Amino acid sequence: MHFHKRPTWDKFKDSDVTPEQVFNDRRRILKQMGFVGASALLSSNANAGIFDLFGDKKEKPQFLRSDLPHSKNTQYDSVLNGVLTPESKVITHNNFYEFGTAKSDPSENAQGFNVEPWKLVIDGLVDKPLTLDYDDLMKLFALEERTHLLRCVEAWSMVIPWVGFPLAALLKKAGVSNKATHVAFETLFEPEQMPGQKSRLMGGGIHYPYVEGLTINEAMNDLSFLSVGLYGKTLPPQNGAPIRLIVPWKYGFKSIKSIVRIRVTDKQPPTSWNQLASHEYGFYANVNPEVDHPRWSQATERRIGEGGLFSAKRINTQIFNGYGEQVAELYKGLDLKTYF
Amino acid sequence: MRLTTKHLFWIKAMIHLIAIFPIGYLIILVLTNGAGGDPVQYIIHYTGIGALNTLVVLLMVSPLARKFKQGILIQTRRMLGLYVFVYASLHIMAFVSLDLLFEWSLFLQEVVKRPYIVVGMICYVILIALSITSLKSLKRKMGRRWQQLHNLVYLLALLAPIHFYWSVKSEVIEPAIYILIVCLLLLLRMRFSAKLSQYLSWLKLRFIA
Repeated sequence: MHFHKRPTWDKFKDSDVTPEQVFNDRRRILKQMGFVGASALLSSNANAGIFDLFGDKKEKPQFLRSDLPHSKNTQYDSVLNGVLTPESKVITHNNFYEFGTAKSDPSENAQGFNVEPWKLVIDGLVDKPLTLDYDDLMKLFALEERTHLLRCVEAWSMVIPWVGFPLAALLKKAGVSNKATHVAFETLFEPEQMPGQKSRLMGGGIHYPYVEGLTINEAMNDLSFLSVGLYGKTLPPQNGAPIRLIVPWKYGFKSIKSIVRIRVTDKQPPTSWNQLASHEYGFYANVNPEVDHPRWSQATERRIGEGGLFSAKRINTQIFNGYGEQVAELYKGLDLKTYF
Repeated sequence: MRLTTKHLFWIKAMIHLIAIFPIGYLIILVLTNGAGGDPVQYIIHYTGIGALNTLVVLLMVSPLARKFKQGILIQTRRMLGLYVFVYASLHIMAFVSLDLLFEWSLFLQEVVKRPYIVVGMICYVILIALSITSLKSLKRKMGRRWQQLHNLVYLLALLAPIHFYWSVKSEVIEPAIYILIVCLLLLLRMRFSAKLSQYLSWLKLRFIA
């Protein structure tokens, strides 16, 4: 007969160990104790009241993602030089300053982000301006999965299976005027939902809304992709829900997130990082191991793959992130050292 | 009340606890995925901030001891300084092992080429020198030169937050706060400095008389 008996080492009652609220709240408690950094003492953001240290705060619910029916497009897989980055890392290591500047901030702060209803406007030099709602984004175009390299300007990289449709398909639907030279993109501006837009400290000093841009030829290239999902499901907010750009031959900051406006223009549009530090971030921002960031080398990158901390690999960075066959043509005659 | 050696023992014990606790906490965070899916940058930043925070506490010791006439507190500076060294060492080890993945040639290139890393390395060299000479026997041997060497802590205090300021992409507010704090703490010393007050009275004499 089998009796359930507590093992001898299990001499603690549940109440003897750390109270659950304290455990769940450990990060903020630590911040209040002052170990984390000067800014943490000042950044009592949305979820950090000083006096509710032991308040009965529940773990915030996770953003709900749904399955996306899609086909597989493997035509760019030959560029891939490594295994997929696990989904758990793709959705917890993000640069999305609208939700905080630390890599783990967006996944912590964005779970309550509201994407329904959503409105994406396509206007400017187009035959018929479009306004798409959330359902349009998911249903207007046949969705396909493409696995791409993502190379961050900070010299780390991932391999991610995105779900979405080519940007060109959307632009063709709107009908691009032949006067068009560029396409401008804009992220949602809603400080109530995006704490980084509310506080300069949290948002890292970027002028919001975040804006990005491509030349019209870049935008019409088949590699330019609008993603509405990753790993077969809709995007989580920290990765740019409900719709974001993927331009895999450029540094990650070009792949603007949570887009509300796509404007076709006849001028080169301003872009956020370029506005902030034009000598460090150019308009093109093509991945290029020959052109260093002024403060660090771009010759190699740390590939974030499977496994623990020490299993990452440092690999050589490829010109155009390996997508030269598709895009090198676009920059013929352009001095990539000047137009970085 | 004047603090005694017995008090000092407990103060030191507290400092050890408070200084070591964040390291244990960081390990737990990383093991439980609390530091994000790829905690490399988190660890580098966390240990760097740890060094900086300890340095700020260290710089507060002398003004506090003077203000409250608790000279015995001065004896905590050595251990605090060594903890700055511990955190700075973890910071560099994390950079070399987790970010550069032991690509020493890249490390050497970066140290030479990147100004913010140059500044960081100067800080670390100062820390090594101060840590080694914190041995009591060496202190005795060095005589007056010991104090001259250890005045480098002021240079360290200025350079460390500049290294931080220079390393960030755009989040300059937090490093700016550290620069401000350090400047205030250094100014506080200037006010106490006898030389400075001499200089001020000399100025007065010159311009009033």
